[in-house]
Amino acid sequence: MSEQAVGNGPLPVVPYLKGAGTEDPYLEGLKCDACNAIFLGDRVTCSKCGARDQLQATRLENKGKLYVYSIVYRSFPGIDVPYISAIVDLDGGGTIKGNLIGVEADPANLTFDMELDVVYGDALGRKDKDGNSYISYFFKPAV
Amino acid sequence: MSDVYVVGVDMIKFGRFPEKTVPQLGSQAALMALDDAGLTIQDMQALYCGNLGQANAMVGQRILQEIGQTGVAVVNCANACATGATAFREAWMSIKAGVFDCVLAVGVEQMGRGLLGGGGGGEGIPKEGLLGSGTMPAVFAEAGMEHARNYGTTFEQFAKVSVKNHHHSTLNPKAMYQIETPLDTVMNAEMISYPNTKLMCSVNVDGSAAAVLVSEKKARELGLNRAVKVKASVLTSDPYSDRDLVMPDVNGVTRIAAKQAYEMAGIGPEDVSLVELHDCFATAEILHYENLGLCSDGDAGRMIDDGEVALGGRIPVNVSGGLLSKGHPLGATGIANIYEVCTHLRGEAGDRQVEGARFGMTHVIGLGSACGIHILEKVA
Ligand SMILES: [Zn+2]
Repeated sequence: MSEQAVGNGPLPVVPYLKGAGTEDPYLEGLKCDACNAIFLGDRVTCSKCGARDQLQATRLENKGKLYVYSIVYRSFPGIDVPYISAIVDLDGGGTIKGNLIGVEADPANLTFDMELDVVYGDALGRKDKDGNSYISYFFKPAV
Repeated sequence: MSDVYVVGVDMIKFGRFPEKTVPQLGSQAALMALDDAGLTIQDMQALYCGNLGQANAMVGQRILQEIGQTGVAVVNCANACATGATAFREAWMSIKAGVFDCVLAVGVEQMGRGLLGGGGGGEGIPKEGLLGSGTMPAVFAEAGMEHARNYGTTFEQFAKVSVKNHHHSTLNPKAMYQIETPLDTVMNAEMISYPNTKLMCSVNVDGSAAAVLVSEKKARELGLNRAVKVKASVLTSDPYSDRDLVMPDVNGVTRIAAKQAYEMAGIGPEDVSLVELHDCFATAEILHYENLGLCSDGDAGRMIDDGEVALGGRIPVNVSGGLLSKGHPLGATGIANIYEVCTHLRGEAGDRQVEGARFGMTHVIGLGSACGIHILEKVA
C-alpha cells in the first residue's frame, strides 16, 4: 500500500485489486500450479495441497455467478443499510465476497447463480486517516 | 489409557453481571462443580481455563487467586466459540496421558452487547458494508443460504429452530430467557441479516460453567453413582474447501469431527439420545443436523418441520434452549453444553428430561474455524 500512497490516484481497497485508478482495474488471484486452487492475497504456500512457491498471479474474470447472499439490515454505526452481502463464484475460478448493488435488497430479486458483473468505483466515500480515497469492487446484475 | 469421567459439573444461570469480574464469574462455576463432585480445590491437580475476552490476562490463575492458590499447573486457552470445549478437551487429554487423575476445567465469559464480528481491522479503510459483511449474523445467514440453495430450505424452516429452542428454554431455569416465541413472532422480529431475525440470533450473556474430570481409578474411589463417562473428545480445524477462506465453511470442520467422534465412541448417530449443538444462529442449527449425521443430507428441513428434534421427538436437539435462548457466553458455552448433557444422563434435568438418555453429544464451532465434539455416556 505504501508504495502506491505516493501517487495521486485512489488506492485499492484490498491489495489484490490491481490497476486502481486506471481504465482497466481487475482482481488478481494466486493460482497453484500443482492443484489449481485459487487464493486471494499474498502467500507462498498452497493450503490445499501444501505446494511451496508454485503460486502464479492470475487475472480473475470480471464476470461471475451469485453463490449465496444475505441482506444486512443491522450493521455498525455509519454504515448504510440494507445492503446485500454476496458471495460470488467468478467465471474461470475464484470466489470473492462483496456488496451486490444495482438491485433492490429483496430476496424476490435475487436468484442463486444469477449472472453478475464485477464493477469498480469509489469506496462509498470512505477515506483513510491520511485523507486518501479508495477504489473498491462491487457486483452488479450482468447487463 | 484410562477412561475419563466427569464427576462434577455445573453452570451459573446465564445473565448479565457487569458488577462481577471475569475471575469471579469463573470462580462461581468452579466452586459449584467442586461441590457437585464432593471435592475441593486442594484435590485438583491442574486447571484448564477457557476465556476469550481476556485471553491474555491469566484468567485461570486469577480464578485460583479467588478460590485457592494451590500452585498447580494452569493452562489458559482461547479458541473462538470452541474455547470451553477446548479447555475441557485439554483436561481430558491430561488424564488420558496419565499425567493427572483429577483436574478442573472452567469456561467463562463476560460479554458486551451488540454485533460480533465485522469490526474492520486491517489497513486502509473499514471494509464492513463495502466488501459485504463480516458480522456473525450475516456470515451464518450466508451459510444457511447455502443450504437453501442446495435443498430449498425456507425462512420459515430456519425460524422454526428458534421457536423450538425458545420453547425448550422455558423448562430450563438456568437459561437467560424463559419466553415462548411463536413462529410469527420470530419471523416478524427485527431482521438483522436475512434470513436471521433478532430472535434467530444467539443471546450475548455473561456466564460460566465448570467440570471436574477424573481417571477411572479416581472415579471408582469416589463412586460411580452420578459419574458420566467421556466416550469421545474431538477437536478439528477447517479442512481446505474451495470457498472456506472467503465464506467460512462450518460444515466440513463439523463433519470430520463427527466422524472421528462416532468412531472413538464406537456408536452411531442412531444411538444418541440428545444433542446440544452450536445454534449460534437459527440458520446454523439446520446445517448441523446433517453435519452430525442426525439425518441424511437434505433432510434437515423435514426434521424441523416434523418435530423430530424437539423434546419428545426422535432426537431432541438443544433441550437447554440452546445458544439462542439459554445464551452464548463464548468461552463458557462448550462446558455449559457438557453440563446440560450430563444432567440428562444423570436423570436430573427435571421438566426437560430426555427420558432414558444413555448417550449425549455436544458440539461447538469456533469460527475461523474450530469444531469441538464430545460424546458422553451414562454410567450407573
Ligand atoms: Zn495446491
